[in-house]
Amino acid sequence: METATIAPPIKSEEYFINMGPQHPATHGVLRLLLTLDGEIIKKVEPDLGYIHRSIEKMCERNSYQQIIHLTDRLDYLSSHINNEAVCLAVEAALGVEVPERVKVVRTILDELIRISSHCLWWGVMGMDLGALTSYFYAFRDREMINDIFEETCGARLTMNYNVPGGLMHDIHPNFVARTREFLAHFKTKLPEYDRLLTDNVIFQKRTKGVGVLSRQDAIAFGASGPVGRASGYSCDVRVHHPYSALPKVTFKEALRTEGDSFARYQVRIQEMWESVAIIEQLIDAIPEGPHQVATDAVIKLPKGEFYQKVETARGELGVFIISTGTKNPYRLKFRSPGFSNLSLLNHIAVGGKIGDLVATMATLDLVIPDIDR
Amino acid sequence: MSNDALQALIGSWFPEPEADKLQCSTEGSQYLTISLDPAYLSGLMERLKSSPETQFDYLFCLTGVDWGKELGVVYHLESTTHRHILVVKVQTADREEPCFDSVSHLWPTANFHEREVFDFFGIRFRNHPNLKKLFLTDEWEGYPLRKDYTDEVNMIVK
Amino acid sequence: MLTSSLLFIPSLHDFLFSLLPPGLAKGAEMVLVGIIYLTIFAVAGLFLVLLERKVAARFQLRLGPNRVGYGGSMQTLADALKLLSKELTGTVRADKFLFNLAPYFVIITALMALAVLPFSQSMQVFDINIGLFFLIALSSVGVIGILLAGWGSNNKYAMIGAMRSGVQTISYELSVGLSLVTMVLLAGSLQLSQIVEVQKSGWLIVQGHIPALIAFMIFMIAGTAETNRAPFDLVEAESELGAGFHTEYSGMKFAYFFLAEFINMFIIAAIAVIVFFGAWLSPFGITESLPWLGVFWFLGKTFLVVLLMMWFRWTFPRLRVDQLLTLEWKYLLPLNLANLVLMAVTVWLNLTIQF
Repeated sequence: METATIAPPIKSEEYFINMGPQHPATHGVLRLLLTLDGEIIKKVEPDLGYIHRSIEKMCERNSYQQIIHLTDRLDYLSSHINNEAVCLAVEAALGVEVPERVKVVRTILDELIRISSHCLWWGVMGMDLGALTSYFYAFRDREMINDIFEETCGARLTMNYNVPGGLMHDIHPNFVARTREFLAHFKTKLPEYDRLLTDNVIFQKRTKGVGVLSRQDAIAFGASGPVGRASGYSCDVRVHHPYSALPKVTFKEALRTEGDSFARYQVRIQEMWESVAIIEQLIDAIPEGPHQVATDAVIKLPKGEFYQKVETARGELGVFIISTGTKNPYRLKFRSPGFSNLSLLNHIAVGGKIGDLVATMATLDLVIPDIDR
Repeated sequence: MSNDALQALIGSWFPEPEADKLQCSTEGSQYLTISLDPAYLSGLMERLKSSPETQFDYLFCLTGVDWGKELGVVYHLESTTHRHILVVKVQTADREEPCFDSVSHLWPTANFHEREVFDFFGIRFRNHPNLKKLFLTDEWEGYPLRKDYTDEVNMIVK
Repeated sequence: MLTSSLLFIPSLHDFLFSLLPPGLAKGAEMVLVGIIYLTIFAVAGLFLVLLERKVAARFQLRLGPNRVGYGGSMQTLADALKLLSKELTGTVRADKFLFNLAPYFVIITALMALAVLPFSQSMQVFDINIGLFFLIALSSVGVIGILLAGWGSNNKYAMIGAMRSGVQTISYELSVGLSLVTMVLLAGSLQLSQIVEVQKSGWLIVQGHIPALIAFMIFMIAGTAETNRAPFDLVEAESELGAGFHTEYSGMKFAYFFLAEFINMFIIAAIAVIVFFGAWLSPFGITESLPWLGVFWFLGKTFLVVLLMMWFRWTFPRLRVDQLLTLEWKYLLPLNLANLVLMAVTVWLNLTIQF
């Protein structure tokens, strides 16, 4: 700055602050150790483990059907996609080909839950920046998705609807009508989101140029999902390793090049539009057929290593199963998107103000159980 | 680059006397898997990342595994330009002081992942910038994800 | 300068003086006025909290409080009683004296400001000739309470909040003061009753047209910042600092801060109404024959301005601290100074609109 030529005679000292484990901006029990100089952030050190349940160890003692229940509790806002990741891995290992109907329904539900997750993120993003109203707008729309899930899956948050070989049971007769109703409703509400937050001058000032992540760093830090895509890094698993009914649909991968918080925001808003487009391509032509193929009551995977990637609302979720041929996995590793996205927080938050850190955290969209596992 | 081409290329990087330290296979996995002696890990990883034919710039998964007798680490690498995937495995029979080279200078994401492995398997990483416990408390005894870990209070043994 | 009649109900004033010796009567009058104003203060505070909750609910597709009393009207009273009965906690190594002193600073300044407001032609306790100056001066005392609270709490979050508050209030006071000075140029007096008197030939926002409109906009922005309300609520930014300067306060001490915030909002709105919208004057003098209606006009206009401030709060995100200062020092202050000159020229060339 132009005023920096005269050094002030004031001696300043760095100090520490504990942000969390109970803090409104950390959305859960994440603890950040901040080193601050006045308002300026010098260092951010995450301290994890406050809700670590060691799901990976629990998986080693459970059968594959049981593991699916545990995946709901990872990133609970993308629970259906997490279920699907394990199911796809197990199906691929067994060599089971699921019916077309299952694939289409899975993808529709994936995109619905992605919209639901992004809705929640959008509401909370506004709240983090001090605009509390957005939260209620988002929840109005999210509620409709939850109703669809409740009817078809029997649960609103932790669905556990996928099983190896298909779906737990067939979709509810109202499913198609309700989803269409939601899409019609949501398409009128998304522009409202833009009017409330996106176009707001203060909002743009708070997010533009804040927490900038370059493409190179995004790849190096293993960023995925909207965080990576906002930096111009094409990392959508749905594009590069399509699964379920995704090869049948066409959609545009949301990409931005700025890499700042506003770009991450825009990517998620665009993803909601893309998800709507994907559902619209599938909802009118759900193939008839069985909702399941029979699998053994006790699933034993062949000896070997199996890796399955899926795109959750937060990014790339990897399920790495090492099997020794028994009914339990020998080792099961979840590569969670939030964990890698958190690791770059220090890199992009240093030098900003406390308010910038909050804006950056909001656009990283961290879900702590996903990080802590 | 196809798996065969990758295998041939990486094999060619190792001169004859060392070649038996390196095993490539696609058996039991959808990806090409390389197992190698930990001593060569750092060199291979650096080459995998920088070589223009491979360009493995994206470390998407880093897993610690307790193989029973040995402790090991599995690296999943992907190239964002060539879109090929490679799995690299190392293991050591030393259960008291297991130690591998850190790859966090190549892929900063490994920083956190290696700390996680250190937490749960007790595997140390040489030249890691900040190797301390990430999830567990500092006074935690033992390494929970090892197969021989016991905890009478918190673990339900079926 | 005290007005000759302290009490705004002349018959009661005469009654007291006929009953008691003058010294005692004066004392009794002061006590009575004190009680009346404390009641106004409490009722207005509670009502504003309720209003805010109802307005927020309407903005957010909700109903708001609707269980206690008719349509939830007793909700805030119930909350106040709850806060009264709560334990007063504090931190271990807090500066006890300053910690306990802080809420009184905030609440007393808010209460003092009420005294000079002309609710109607006769309902004004304290009509000093430097009324506007007195109000501006008081509004800066309140920040001392916030700074003390932040310092005395021995909490880093509270400290950051208090420091932000200091920075914010010192900066925005300039704009509040200058925008009011602009209007004083037009009104020609600092005495509030005089300012209202001038507006009998048109509200000042009409008389002063363009420069008055600019001054009003600056005043609303700076006034919102003075009261530490969104989008300028960095002082208690809950997503950044937990609760800012009042993190460590509980029970009634917290309620004092909370009430003071709402009373301050009322005061800022009242100043806007006095200076720009003719205080208790009815539009086009439609109820000139009924002077007692003045108080309704005054309150009605004030609540409209309060509504505007609530609209801000429930729509805008919060600014960042450096943006807050940039807005003030780089935009509002130069604009304000230019506007002052514009107003001077307008008054000099007699370009005002008068009916």
